[in-house]
Amino acid sequence: MKKRIVAMLLAGGQGSRLGVLTSSMAKPAVPFGGKYRIIDFPLSNCVNSDIDTVGVLTQYRPLALNSYIGTGQHWDLDRVHGGVFVLPPYVTGVDGRWYTGTANAIYQNREFVDQYDPDYVLILSGDHIYKMDYGEMLRFHIEKNAVATIAVLPVPMEEAHRFGIMNTDNDDRITSFEEKPKQPKSNKASMGIYIFNWPELKEYMGRDDANPDSSNDFGHDIIPALIDDNQPVYAYPFSGYWKDVGTIQSLWEANMDIISTPPKLILNDPLWRIYSRNPIMPAHYVGNDASITQSLVTEGCRVEGKVHHSVLFYNVSVEPDAEVFDSVVFPGAVIRKGAKVYQSIVGENAQIGEGAIVGGALRHGDQVDNALTGSITVVGNDISVQTEAYLPQGTVATEDENGGRCYGK
Amino acid sequence: MESNAFGLIYTGETNPMLRDLALSRSVAAVPFGGRYRCIDFILSDLVNTGVTSVGLIAQKNYHSLMDHLGAGKEWDLHRKREGLFVLPPFMTKENTGLYRGSIDAIRSCLGYVRRCRQQYVILTGSHTIFNMTFNDMIKQHVQSRANITILYNEVDASVPEEQNMDLRLILDGNGCVTEMEYNPFTPRSTHRSCDVLILDKLLLEYLVEEAYSHGEYDLVRDILLKKCNTLKIMGYRYDGFVARLDSVNDFFRHNLALLQSEVRDDLFNPAHPIYTKIKDEVSARYGENACVKNAMLADGCVIEGTIENSILFRGVTIQKGAVVKNSIIMQATKIGENCHLDHVILDKGVTIRDGRTLTGYDGFPIILKKGTTI
Repeated sequence: MKKRIVAMLLAGGQGSRLGVLTSSMAKPAVPFGGKYRIIDFPLSNCVNSDIDTVGVLTQYRPLALNSYIGTGQHWDLDRVHGGVFVLPPYVTGVDGRWYTGTANAIYQNREFVDQYDPDYVLILSGDHIYKMDYGEMLRFHIEKNAVATIAVLPVPMEEAHRFGIMNTDNDDRITSFEEKPKQPKSNKASMGIYIFNWPELKEYMGRDDANPDSSNDFGHDIIPALIDDNQPVYAYPFSGYWKDVGTIQSLWEANMDIISTPPKLILNDPLWRIYSRNPIMPAHYVGNDASITQSLVTEGCRVEGKVHHSVLFYNVSVEPDAEVFDSVVFPGAVIRKGAKVYQSIVGENAQIGEGAIVGGALRHGDQVDNALTGSITVVGNDISVQTEAYLPQGTVATEDENGGRCYGK
Repeated sequence: MESNAFGLIYTGETNPMLRDLALSRSVAAVPFGGRYRCIDFILSDLVNTGVTSVGLIAQKNYHSLMDHLGAGKEWDLHRKREGLFVLPPFMTKENTGLYRGSIDAIRSCLGYVRRCRQQYVILTGSHTIFNMTFNDMIKQHVQSRANITILYNEVDASVPEEQNMDLRLILDGNGCVTEMEYNPFTPRSTHRSCDVLILDKLLLEYLVEEAYSHGEYDLVRDILLKKCNTLKIMGYRYDGFVARLDSVNDFFRHNLALLQSEVRDDLFNPAHPIYTKIKDEVSARYGENACVKNAMLADGCVIEGTIENSILFRGVTIQKGAVVKNSIIMQATKIGENCHLDHVILDKGVTIRDGRTLTGYDGFPIILKKGTTI
């Protein structure tokens, strides 16, 4: 059955800058915002924008993502025509290969897209947190008679050098594209969201695939080729919250953004719900001596201690006299009696032993490799931090070289 | 594991003692425990037992119930083969569409019963809440060669203050039921039926047709009490937490019982999850001035005030300076600034404007019905 538009979600990212948090799952499966995983945002945006056919391209550690998406029923994407499909790389005859780049991933799945004979393809990535009506963007694309449209966000000029920057004329038509320019000419940063006319995209991807020197990437190869050929490529201006959560610091910040007063990203929006797989747990319980302020708490949690300015995912326990400040605690983690957790991300099913301190101030002589974490302390998934252990800020608690899951002496 | 039994849930119970709570909904659809409806518990118990076919007899005011259950997807009962069958009343030449009681109702859906391929039927009511699986009970039923097995639990021996469908079993040393009492003035037994029977489906068909041909219509009165000595009826004891929604006081008391960790651990045993309709609400949000002690809160709540000893359902808003104590606050209720509420039950969608005070008493909580604004 013909579809007007098909969305393709690039979820293959390893997310190596998220370190231990992505050691067992792809970046889009990383928990976010108390109840969600990163991929819930683009998927929910699709459903809320009436896009009912979504291909999810995976190749790194796809198990968590595959089982999370399932039939797509949680996003209302179990459809008779269309729905959500997980598309891993596959072998054809002699020359099967991994996805070599973002454009290559789509090119290898052109038969999938062709089944629906769409006029347009929406390309999304699985590592951004935002709410966006793709329908508005499609209307813009059609109005401008564009071959390609790229969603752009105004960023502060002094940060523009960190992004792919679009230089446009007065009509939002893109005149040139610069990846991380030293001297940016504009502050319109690419959000990694593209709409293409499918026939033209196929043609350009085919040409790009034939070029052995190409990195097969939308930003590096396809978009510049379109601009060079003087094709109508437009920048769709987006205003609203958008955050790349590719690093520990930005993942933590984005979580803090939803508990700020007022929140920078409003999740409690009946007109634009974010859907997710539900954990099937009872309402959370708050004990007699508990104190919870400026925080998000969800189903299955038991809070007996003090929680301030933090996000607790489902099935988290905070025992008496424990403190959780400015932190994000992933599903199933347990903060034992008297433990303190400051400015940290605590992984799934991690255990913080009694009296342990996670994210304490650096003491004299502490050596911490915080290249990935900065000031945030991270406890990996399934790690047990020992009783009374002291983890100075920036520490990454992960399994030892023998695979042991106990951390600290 | 699949079970050799199917479920048949009768939701026709009426109970005036639930007052406004069951005014526009069947007892099965009464909200319970922060995010559930009464029916979720028995339905999840059946699913957790491995039952793959459940017939649900709807009788009156079942709109709210149908809305909640949908196609049974959330209970994994939306299947090609079997699944959830909602059986509303219908009119035919020999069926008036109005049931006088459970026998009429079961008789009208004997077509469903005959089609089920399982040998046994687990026949239940819908106002009793507990978390168990029926596998051992079925095993006992088969091994003891009983005709009927009735689930019961131990209740307080004192004379009940309000009685509703109170079936007491008097057992001999082998667990065999020798006598039954229905709403006794002074109960002689502490074994109270939990409204769950297991019997062979052929026996059910026979008993129902027989009773119907005599113009009888109540399963407990006209079949169980009368057949007590001609059929072999066994009891099966359940020792976990049981809540019966017999009255507003019971509703209030059993909801607040969830604040005890033993009760929560029993009723929400993670090995047997309780399923319910998913609303995709966001997490509960605690503001700067939130002060919450000993309470259970569902998702979607926004808390700026003080809460003690209370149960909050999904999407409740408590504004600054408001104090809520010893209360049950149902879905999408809004409580304005500086309100004081104590011992109240607010049904769905109630709005309390700024500065209002409402105080009920232990034993007489104030109920505000669905959609009230004060």
